[in-house]
Amino acid sequence: MTTATAKITPNVIAEHGLTAEEYQLVLEIMGREPTMTELGIFSVMWSEHCSYKSSRVHLKKLPTKAPWVIQGPGENAGVIDIGDGQAAIFKMESHNHPSFIEPYQGAATGVGGIMRDVFTMGARPIANVNALRFGAPDDPKTRHLIAGVVAGIGGYGNCMGVPTVAGEVNFHASYNGNILVNAMTVGLAPADKIFYSAAAGVGNPVIYVGAKTGRDGIHGATMASAEFNEDSEEKRPTVQVGDPFTEKLLLEACLELMATDAIVAIQDMGAAGLTSSSVEMSSKGGLGIELDLDKVPVRETGMTAYEIMLSESQERMLMILKPEAMDKARAIFEKWELDFAEIGRLTDTGHLVLKKNGKVEADMPVAPLVEKSPVYQRPYVPTKPQPEIDPASVPAPSDLLAALRALVGSPDLASRRWVWEQYDHLVMGQTVQRPGGDAAVVRLPDANGKALAMTSDCTPRYCFADPRTGGAQAVAETWRNLTAVGATPLAITDNMNFGNPQRPEIMGQFVGCIEGMAEACRALDYPVISGNVSLYNETNGKGILPTPVIGGVGVIADVAKSVPVAFRQPGEVILLVGETKGHLGQSIYLRELHGREAGAPPPVDLAAEKRNGDFIRTQILAGTVTACHDCSDGGLLVAIAEMAMAANLGATLRMPAQSAVPAHAFWFGEDQARYVATVAMGDADRFLSDARKAGVPMTVLGETGSNALTLVDTGTISVADLKVSHEAFFPDLMSAGS
Amino acid sequence: MKAAIVVFPGSNRERDAEAALTQAMGRKPIMVWHRDTELPDVNLVLVPGGFSYGDYLRCGAIAAHSPILREVKARADKGMAVIGVCNGFQIITEAGLLPGILLRNASLKFVCKNVRLKVETSQSLFTSQYEQGQVLSVPVAHHDGNYFADPKTLDELEANGQVAFRYCGPEGEFDDEHNPNGSARSIAGIFNRTKNVLGMMPHPENAVDPMQGSTDGKALFKSMVEALS
Repeated sequence: MTTATAKITPNVIAEHGLTAEEYQLVLEIMGREPTMTELGIFSVMWSEHCSYKSSRVHLKKLPTKAPWVIQGPGENAGVIDIGDGQAAIFKMESHNHPSFIEPYQGAATGVGGIMRDVFTMGARPIANVNALRFGAPDDPKTRHLIAGVVAGIGGYGNCMGVPTVAGEVNFHASYNGNILVNAMTVGLAPADKIFYSAAAGVGNPVIYVGAKTGRDGIHGATMASAEFNEDSEEKRPTVQVGDPFTEKLLLEACLELMATDAIVAIQDMGAAGLTSSSVEMSSKGGLGIELDLDKVPVRETGMTAYEIMLSESQERMLMILKPEAMDKARAIFEKWELDFAEIGRLTDTGHLVLKKNGKVEADMPVAPLVEKSPVYQRPYVPTKPQPEIDPASVPAPSDLLAALRALVGSPDLASRRWVWEQYDHLVMGQTVQRPGGDAAVVRLPDANGKALAMTSDCTPRYCFADPRTGGAQAVAETWRNLTAVGATPLAITDNMNFGNPQRPEIMGQFVGCIEGMAEACRALDYPVISGNVSLYNETNGKGILPTPVIGGVGVIADVAKSVPVAFRQPGEVILLVGETKGHLGQSIYLRELHGREAGAPPPVDLAAEKRNGDFIRTQILAGTVTACHDCSDGGLLVAIAEMAMAANLGATLRMPAQSAVPAHAFWFGEDQARYVATVAMGDADRFLSDARKAGVPMTVLGETGSNALTLVDTGTISVADLKVSHEAFFPDLMSAGS
Repeated sequence: MKAAIVVFPGSNRERDAEAALTQAMGRKPIMVWHRDTELPDVNLVLVPGGFSYGDYLRCGAIAAHSPILREVKARADKGMAVIGVCNGFQIITEAGLLPGILLRNASLKFVCKNVRLKVETSQSLFTSQYEQGQVLSVPVAHHDGNYFADPKTLDELEANGQVAFRYCGPEGEFDDEHNPNGSARSIAGIFNRTKNVLGMMPHPENAVDPMQGSTDGKALFKSMVEALS
C-alpha cells in the first residue's frame, strides 16, 4: 500500500485513519486526488495525536498565562522564568501504545522524545520524571510490562546522563490492556536564549541532523490514535527503536551549536517525523518549504518518499540555519560524528514540495494542512455523581495497626524502591531530594543554592468517580507536593490519558477533568504551559480510568531550607495542618480492606488548599518545620508511617479527644488540603498561634520517638515491621515464578 | 596537582568529576577529548563515568582502544596517577591497566543507591586521608559493576594490598546483602601493582557536598591533591 502507484480506494483511506468526510476535505484543499505520499501526510497531520481534533476546543479552557510564563502551549515545550536570567523548560508526553506493544523500546523512546522536545528549545535537560500506570498486579502481562518499561526508562535516561528523580506508579485492572507511560523532562536554559520552531528567511537552508532515517515507526502517530484489539501485537513494526548514545551526541552537538548564533529555527522529529517537523516549521513561519528527499540520510535502501516522510526514526532534528553559519555548524556535527545534511530550502510559495529521483512526490499548501485540520465538537455526557459515603457506615478494622501494615504494603502504597533504584537519579550531582519523597528537589548549577522541585500526580479513581473533582485534585496534589518540600509552585504540564473520545461518556470524563483542572489552575495561580493528549486508550471497547496526569514544577530560592518527609529526630511535635472529616469514598482503605471502589471522591476546597499550603510553605522557609509530608492516598496514618519509615524513627499519636469522626476514618480518610509537619518542642506554641492567626485548622497529633508507631489506647507496631510490609510488594511481585 | 579528565562522547559524569576536582584543587582540571592523541602536562588523569561510545558491546571495550587511552596507558606505565570511576574503571580494566573484568550486575539490573564502602588501606596516594577500616557512604550507579577475576588473581590482589574498597554493611561486615552487584569478595575498587592506578565503581565525585547527602568522597580527592602537589 506504500507504493506511489497504489490506487486510493476507500479502503486505503480508512487504513490511513481518515473518515470519508475528512477525505472530502483533502480533495477540496488539493483540488485533485492526492498522491499516496500526500495522503500519508494528511493522515498523520490529521491524526488525533498530531491534530488534537477531539480535544482542542476543550483545551482552550485551561489558563496558560502568568507573568512568569515565557512560552505556553504550542511549542516543543513550555518555558517559565525562574529569575536570575534563567528559564525552566518542561513538558510531559505519553508513549502508551508503543510501550504496551514493546515495553522496553516504547518506554525508552518516550523518554528520548521528551528530552528532545526540551533540548530543542535550548535547554540542557536536568531531570526526568515519569508517571506509569499498569494493570492489576496479578494480570499475566503486568510483570513483563513493568520489567520492560522500567528497564527502558532507565536504559535511555541513564545513558543520557540525565537523572530520573521522581514519578509515580499505579495499578488498576482498567490498564490491563493499555498501560500508560508518561515521561516528563525538565531543562534549564538562559531566559534570553530560547529556541523556537517558526521558520524564517526565504532561501535559508533546511538542515537535517542526527540519526539516519529507517523504516521504523511508520504510522506510529496513526497507531497512537486508534483503539487496541487482538491484532495490536502485529503493530510491533510501528514501534521505534531508541539509541540513547546517538541522542547524547545530538544533545551535546545541538547545545554547542546553540551557544553560537547559527540557528534560525529548530524542531525535533518526533511523532510523524519529517512530516510534522517540516510542516510545523513552515506553517509557523508562514512560508513554503522544498525538500529533496534524495538528500535525507537513510539507513536502508529503496525507501520511498512516503516512507521517508512517515518514518518515526528517533534522534533526528530539523533546523533552519543562517547560510553564513553553515560551515561552523557542519564542523560541530562532524565533531560529534552525526549526519548533517542540507535537504532543502525555505520558499515563498506557501507549499510543501517534496522531490525524489527528480520527480515531485508531493506539492501541497501548508496553511490549510494545518489550519483546516478537522476540529470536532464531540458529543459528551457528564459523569453521574456518586453518592457520598458516610464514614460511620464503613466497618472499622478489627486491628487498626494491622490495617495500616496491610495498607503500606498494598500495590498503590508500597515502596517504589525497586523501580527507582534502576534509574540513575544522582548523575549531575545536583539531586538534593531523591525519589520517594513528595517532590524531587534538584539544585541548579552555579545559582547560589536555587533549586527546582518537581512531581507528577493523578488519582484516576477520583477522576472516574467525579471527573471535575478528580481533575482539580490532580492539580492540587502536585501543588501540595511542591509546597511540602518548601517550593513555590509555578506551572504545570498535563498529560491527558483517556479512552475513545467518540463515546460520549468518555468525552464527558475528558471535559469534566479539564474543567476541574482549569478551576484549580486559576485558584492556585498555576498555569498550564505544555501538554499532551492521548486518546483511544481502550482495548476491545473498554476504556482506562480517566488519567489526566499533572507534572508540576516549583522553585526554591535556598535549597538548604527544603525539608524531607523523614522525621528529623526524637522529641519533636507532630502536627496536622488542615481539616479532617474522615472522607472514605474512593479511599485506598475502602478498596484494599473492603474491596469496594465506591462513593464520591473527597471534595477539593481550593481556597483551603491555598491557605493551608501558603501557611506551611512560609513556616518551612522560616525554618520552623523539620519534616513535612502531604496527606494523600491512604490518608493521615499512612503519611505518618511513611515519615517514620523514611527516618527509622517512631512516634506516639493520639486522636483528638473531641473528634466526632470514627477512628478508622480519621486515620485513613483521604480529606484533601492536609499536611503532616514536625516542629521542635520549643517552636510548637508559636507554630500553633501562627496557624490560628492565619485561620488554618491545626491538630496536635503527638511526638516523634522510639522505634515504633504507638496509637495511644489502641496499640503499637514497630517501624521495622511496617518497613517489611512496605518494601516487600515490588520485589515479591517481580520475582514471583511465572 | 595538575589533572585532566578524559571525555568520551558518551561520558556523563565528567562535569561531576570536574566539580569535585575543582573543589579539591582550587582550579579546574583540563578536559581532554577522546580523539586527542596526546595528554597535556598533568600528573593525574581521571576517566569518568558514563557510556563512552554507547557501550552497546561490553562496557568500555571499544574505549579501551581509543587513541587517548593508548596515551593514558603509556603514561600510567611510567608512573602517572590514573583513576577510573565506574565506566572509567571498566575502560581502564579493559585496557589492561588493572586485572579482572566488570560483569553485568548479579541482579541483571541497573542499580543506583548509596552503598557503604570499607577503606581497605590508607597506604596509597588515593586513600591517605582515610583511616584504614573506615566505613564510607558513597553512591553507585551502574549496570555492569560485578567485579570478577580468577581466585589466584584475587588472592594476589589481597596479598599485595591492592584492594582499595569493599562493599560492606553498617558495621563493616561483608555479605551478599550489602554487595550491590555480586562483585567477587565484595570488591568495589582496586589498585594496580604499583598503586598509581585506581579503578572503582562507586562515585566519590557525587559525595563531596552536604546537599548530596554525604561528603565521604572528599578525602579521596584531598588525598590525591596532597600526594601530587
